[in-house]
Amino acid sequence: MTSYYEPKDLAKFAEVGHFAKESMEKFFSYYNQATGQDGALTRREKALIALAVSHALKCPYCIDAYTTQCLETGSNPEQMTEAVHVAAAMQAGITLVHGVQMQNALREKGAL
Amino acid sequence: MYDFPATLAARGVDLAPLPLATLQLNVTKLCNQACVHCHVDASPRRREMMPDDVLERCLELLELHPSITTLDITGGAPELHPRFRDLVSGARRLGRTVMVRHNLTVTLDPHPLTKASLADLPDYFAAQRVEVVSSLPYYQEFFTDKQRGDGVFKKSLASLRMLNERGFGVSGTGLKLSLVYNPVGAFLPAAQKDLERDYKRELQSRFGVVFNELFTITNMPIHRFKAQLKKAGGYEAYMDKLVQAFNPDAARGVMCRSLINVSWDGRLFDCDFNQMLGMPAMEGGQALTVFDFDLERLRRREIAVAAHCFGCTAGAGSSCGGATT
Repeated sequence: MTSYYEPKDLAKFAEVGHFAKESMEKFFSYYNQATGQDGALTRREKALIALAVSHALKCPYCIDAYTTQCLETGSNPEQMTEAVHVAAAMQAGITLVHGVQMQNALREKGAL
Repeated sequence: MYDFPATLAARGVDLAPLPLATLQLNVTKLCNQACVHCHVDASPRRREMMPDDVLERCLELLELHPSITTLDITGGAPELHPRFRDLVSGARRLGRTVMVRHNLTVTLDPHPLTKASLADLPDYFAAQRVEVVSSLPYYQEFFTDKQRGDGVFKKSLASLRMLNERGFGVSGTGLKLSLVYNPVGAFLPAAQKDLERDYKRELQSRFGVVFNELFTITNMPIHRFKAQLKKAGGYEAYMDKLVQAFNPDAARGVMCRSLINVSWDGRLFDCDFNQMLGMPAMEGGQALTVFDFDLERLRRREIAVAAHCFGCTAGAGSSCGGATT
């Protein structure tokens, strides 16, 4: 095996519904409604959010797909890179804000 | 594998010719630029030039057929043809709309062969009231220079300012300036109206440049772009994308239904992509030329199609005038 994630495998996504067709259909319907249509947010804005989430959750399929989707909805590499920085900053912030728990624990143990 | 006629038939699209409204001429393959996506393979090294008899015949055709309302002049860089101005002035005297596919930098670069300056082009365009159509792959330097070469963005802006100063793109002057966007890689254009809004906002606020309309054009999987895709291993994926995005409404609006393209040597084609692929308009097994031109017979022709046509029918569609839906 050269790579666990093969880009061409994304086309097989629907096969996951093999033993749960109805659930998968409901998922795709929901997914397309949430991500694929203009609403209170534009498709361009939704694609940038999805790109950021793809990075935060480290999904190669999604990074590929939403890089394309961002370009095809009119975002440019500068905007896309800022979206990835938002994800990265959030992850750093989420790690750091747990330092509050550490501070609490230190206090409880009389170490602070 | 990529069967365009079968797709048309399956989706109930009849690609019958409409009344011919536009005569499009590729007058030369000579260009001051050598862009990575160029389907004409134009460059400073090309020497093909439309000869006098073909050029005169094209003007004669306009005179004979008032229903052909627009002359669309392209290249290469058409301004580098020695009789470019005869052609423009002749068509304008006949009252035709003349569109010039103008790459912007040709105004600032010396002529590749004669080294003459073409800095008076904006004045000439204004005097002739031509419609200027110019490629600007993006409103930022990065994408534009990646596609068209280092320094092209800055030069294009300088040239756009010259056009704006003559009134092109400026509200109320009637001098039309359109820009053309095509993706810098293997993806489809964003919605034309959305990109036009972005271009207008960014070009005006950052650079003080204005224009009338933006045309979005899909990259055709032929010649340089096809070679680039094959090299990167992305040709099949791009073709699959185009096929999946086939849009019957976009197909009904394609330009080949109301346009005839003429190569530098006078042969007729349904579009300039067909020209570059060597697929001429045929009758009785013979390739047609401007000297066989018969409007009624052309109206009955069968438009030549192949796999590359999926490029014009994907998504919102693509033509020399932008999206077709």
